[in-house]
Amino acid sequence: MIHVENLTRYYDHFCAVDGISFDIQKGEILGLLGPNGAGKTTTLRMLTGYLEPSAGQIRVQDYAIGPDTLEIKKRIGYLPESAPLYHDMIVYDYLEYVAEIRELDTAKKPARIKELAQLCGLNPVMHKTIGELSKGYKQRVGLAHALMNDPEILVLDEPTSGLDPNQIVEIREIIRQIGREKTIILSTHILSEAEATCDRIVIIHHGKIVADGSTQTIKQSAGKEQILHMTLTDADFSSVRSLLEPVTGITRIENVTSPEPHTLQIRITLVSDADIRKDIYRIIRKTDWTLLEFRQEAQSLEHIFRELTLEN
Amino acid sequence: MSPAINIFKREFRAYIASPIAYIVISVFLLITGWFFFTPFFLQNQANLRSFFNLLPMVFSFVVPAVTMRLFSEEFSVGSYETLMTLPVTFTQIIVGKFLAACAFIAIMLVPTLLYPLTVSVLGVLDWGPVIGGYLGALLLGGAFSAVGLFASSLTRNQIIAFIVGMAICFSLTLVNQMLFFLPKSMLGFFEYLGADFHFQNIAKGIIDTRDILYFISVGFIGLYGANLAMREKC
Repeated sequence: MIHVENLTRYYDHFCAVDGISFDIQKGEILGLLGPNGAGKTTTLRMLTGYLEPSAGQIRVQDYAIGPDTLEIKKRIGYLPESAPLYHDMIVYDYLEYVAEIRELDTAKKPARIKELAQLCGLNPVMHKTIGELSKGYKQRVGLAHALMNDPEILVLDEPTSGLDPNQIVEIREIIRQIGREKTIILSTHILSEAEATCDRIVIIHHGKIVADGSTQTIKQSAGKEQILHMTLTDADFSSVRSLLEPVTGITRIENVTSPEPHTLQIRITLVSDADIRKDIYRIIRKTDWTLLEFRQEAQSLEHIFRELTLEN
Repeated sequence: MSPAINIFKREFRAYIASPIAYIVISVFLLITGWFFFTPFFLQNQANLRSFFNLLPMVFSFVVPAVTMRLFSEEFSVGSYETLMTLPVTFTQIIVGKFLAACAFIAIMLVPTLLYPLTVSVLGVLDWGPVIGGYLGALLLGGAFSAVGLFASSLTRNQIIAFIVGMAICFSLTLVNQMLFFLPKSMLGFFEYLGADFHFQNIAKGIIDTRDILYFISVGFIGLYGANLAMREKC
C-alpha cells in the first residue's frame, strides 16, 4: 500500500530523517515510535505531502510523492500534532468546509457530517467555536477532519498527546474501531499505546530505523539482557556482592535504595540465555539472610526502547 | 467546484466574523471622510479629487492591515499544515485568499459611494473621473492586496507582515514623488514604478492599458512571490 524508500530530509544542515525505508500493507496499523526529535513528525509530514523529501521515494498505491502529491492527498486523512484548526470557526462550519474541499457530494454532506459527529462524539459541541473547545474535543474535531472523505489511509501524529486518561482511552477506542478496515500510521512516544493499538512498530532514533516488527518480534530480537530484583534483610551489600559475583552471566550488581528500613534491595543485570534464578536461590539458601522478594523484570517494550534510543 | 472558491468563502467569512475587519473599515472611513470633506467646502468644487488624491496613501496602510492575517495567522496557529494536506494546490490557496481580500476591500469602498452622491446633490458632478477613480481604487486595492499577501506569506508574525506590506506599498506610492532626487535618465523608469502615478491617471477618467497593465503586473508579482514563499516552506 505504502512504499517508502531511502527517505531523507534535511533542515538546512540538520538531518532530521536519514534514509529510512519501510513498507506498509493494507489494513495494517503501524506505530512510529521514537524519542522527541527522532524524526517521527518529519516522516509523517513527508508521507502526507506537507514537506518535500530531500531524497528518496514515497509511493502510495500507484502514486508517487512529487508528481502525484495531489492524488495522494486525496487518499490520505491526516491529523497533525495537537490538531491545529481554525480557531475562529464553528465546528459544523469547519467540517462542512472540509467536506467541500474534499469534494463530497452536496447531497451526502450533511449525512456524512452527522455520521462523523456520532463516531467522534462531537454532538455536544457542533455549534461551538473551535477555539473554545477543550484539547480532547479539538483532537476529535481533527479526527473527524481526517476521516471526512473516508480515506483509505489515515495518518495520525501523536493522537493522544496532552489528553487526560479518559480521553486517551476514548480516542484509542475510536482508532481501533477505524483501524478494522483502514491502514493507519500513528506516531507516539507512549509505548503502552503503541503496544495496545498497533500491529507493527517502527522505532526511529536520530532519523534512522532502529527496530521494525511486531511487538513480539521486537521483544525477541532485542538483546538477552535480563534484570532481577531481590529484597533481603539481615544482609549487607558487600557480602551479597562477593557471593553472587562468581555466578556466570551476571554483569552488574547494584544496591538500590530501599523504601523499607533495614532491608537491602538489589538489582542484578545479567546477559544470559539460561535461567540462573535457581543458582542464585541456592546460594542465598546457604546463608542466614531472609529473602523477602525475588522477581524477574519482564522484558518490556519500555526497556527495549530505552536500550535502543539511549545516548551511547 | 474548485477548492479556491471554498477557500475564498472561508476567508471571506473569517473577515466578516472578525472585529478587526470592522475596526479597519471604521478607520478607513474616518480618515477618508475627514480628509475629503475638510477641504471640500473650502475649495467649493464639485469633484472627488481630494478623496482620490489621498487614496493610495490610505490604502498603503489599510490594505496590509487587511491582508496581514491571511498567511501569518495560519502559520502561527498551525492550521497551515492542515490546509496544505488537504487536496489543494498552492495556486488555489493563493487565489482564494487573494480574492477574499479583494472582496473585502471592495466592500470597504461601498460606503464611500456616499461621497459622490453627496457631491452630486450639492453641485454638478462629472461622473467620468468618479467611475475611473473607483475602477482605479479596485485595481490599486487588488495590487496592494497581492503585495500584502506576499508580506503575510513571509512570517508567522502579523505585525511584521503588516509593517513589511506597508513599507512596500508606501514605497510604491511615494516613488514618483521622490523623483527630484534622481538623475534625469532614470525618471521615466521610476515614474512608471509609482502606483500613485498610474492611479491618478485612471482617476482622471483616462483608462489607459499601460496603467491597467501596471496594476496587473504588481498584483501578479505579489502573488508569485507568495507562491515562492510557500514553496520555500515545503
